[in-house]
Amino acid sequence: MRHETFAIGCAAGFGGDRTDSAAPIVETLVARGGAGALIFEMLAERTLALAQLDRRKNPDGGYAPLLESMARPVLRRCLEHGIPIVSNFGAANPRAAARRIWQIAQEQGVSQARIAIVEGDDLSDARGRELLRPHLSPAELDREMISANVYLGAAAIAYALRAGAQVVVTGRVADPSLAVGPAMARFGWSETDWDTLGRVTMAGRLLECGAQVTGGYFADPGFKDAPDLHAVGFPIAEVAVDGSFTITKADATGGAVNARTVKEQLLYELHDSAAYLTPDVVADISEAEVIEVEENRVAVTGVRGHPRPETLKATVCFAGGWLGEGEISYAGPNAEARARLAAEIVRRRVGDALRLRFDLIGSLSVFGDDRGAALSDLPVSDARDVRLRVAGVHADRAQVERLLGEVTALYTCGPAGGGGIRTTITPRLSSVSCFVPRELVPATFTFLE
Amino acid sequence: MKPGVIHIPLHRLAHGRAGDKGDTANISVIAYREEIFPLLLEQVTEEKVREVFRYRKPTRVRRYALPKLCAMNFVLENMLDGGVNDSLNLDSHGKTLAFLLLELEVAAPKELAALLDPIAAREAECLRR
Repeated sequence: MRHETFAIGCAAGFGGDRTDSAAPIVETLVARGGAGALIFEMLAERTLALAQLDRRKNPDGGYAPLLESMARPVLRRCLEHGIPIVSNFGAANPRAAARRIWQIAQEQGVSQARIAIVEGDDLSDARGRELLRPHLSPAELDREMISANVYLGAAAIAYALRAGAQVVVTGRVADPSLAVGPAMARFGWSETDWDTLGRVTMAGRLLECGAQVTGGYFADPGFKDAPDLHAVGFPIAEVAVDGSFTITKADATGGAVNARTVKEQLLYELHDSAAYLTPDVVADISEAEVIEVEENRVAVTGVRGHPRPETLKATVCFAGGWLGEGEISYAGPNAEARARLAAEIVRRRVGDALRLRFDLIGSLSVFGDDRGAALSDLPVSDARDVRLRVAGVHADRAQVERLLGEVTALYTCGPAGGGGIRTTITPRLSSVSCFVPRELVPATFTFLE
Repeated sequence: MKPGVIHIPLHRLAHGRAGDKGDTANISVIAYREEIFPLLLEQVTEEKVREVFRYRKPTRVRRYALPKLCAMNFVLENMLDGGVNDSLNLDSHGKTLAFLLLELEVAAPKELAALLDPIAAREAECLRR
């Protein structure tokens, strides 16, 4: 059976992704036969801090809010067909997430689900803080730490699967490792088979953002299109015994897998193309090639791997004060001039109590910089529909509320014809990354009793 | 304008995607056609890209060329106003910035017009008149 490939489907690329993407993947895996696994990637860099805040409020909370919506539609089918589910949806509380999945399995009539929990990433306890101490500045040590997690690798996932796990729940692991783990378990690779791990890491990289490799985040009408995005199919990597792979997608879905979609995702969030660092390997795509094998099937060749780093990346999240945002619209003749006047009024009312930013949505917003250099260089345009956005941050919530009060007062005290005011205030998080020796942060797995 | 040269936005020649890690942005530029890639290597340089984003004051701009993909990857450090941690931008990740880079104007020999998509070819025709 050595010539057989192992299919890994990815049904979520972030914590807020579509929840109906897994079923087409699972049906495709079942129809194509052979071995496979299903992964969900649900933790962006700071999602874990939000989960940690949830857990403080509720000791049984702190896992991905969409866990149930993602897992319920496919759990029983995966268990019945021997398709392991691997996901970081455990977030700040993998054990509670595992219990929830066990309950869902019970409700669906599966009484013997083998659910494993991977731990070791959470450094927010006393021992973890001690470990991080040398890597944080005195100012950082003084701040309120919300979460601290190290990015674990694929090995603990692979061990759990080899021990018979049908579901593996993790907290923070490197995103590609969610795919590397099941492939390692299937093919029995050593942890030092660098080229093989480099290849499969790139397969994981292409999977981990879900539809971003199958036509999502891609369409530019008239220049590059992808069909039926309302029903975009999520990706499946077919991995061979040497880690080489092709990217496909779920059958009977929209979107596209072609050289363009794959290249964009291969380079997404990449720095040095010769050194993509993960806990498992340093992957090198500087000589990689992308080959369209057939419609919606692309092979990536020429990927290499180098020995993994001696350190693991940790991300520490702190409370970051409050963000206030207020918006008001101006339309018709002289709209932009009125919006600019509104900005000036708010600026003079608030003074330098807060760091402020102004946007003229409809003229210049997201391309602009916080200092306002781009906006001040921009002549007043004849834009007919302009929405002023004011944003400010402060450690003291009252200061931010005062700013938003000034935006609200533009109704009666501002320029003519303003309407549609909305204001929001949100807590902010800020994070720092550091690197800790890997031997100090071992990953472990246990089965849910 | 030199005779025999057309000026076209990079958007007609290449596609790309922006990503972020902290305060560092990366933007890929991928040639639509293999024949165009040498021109992109020559014209879409670190200096040109630094100029596009000068108002954001990146501290370092690096280009990684991937000839086998007909692509390049630009890495721009410290240009996202602190990124998701600190930026007040609606788009604190800088995800929209790929399309700012794609506005860069590229000077191309007019023979290239035949290789462009229909819209670009039409515009090139207008420029020649």
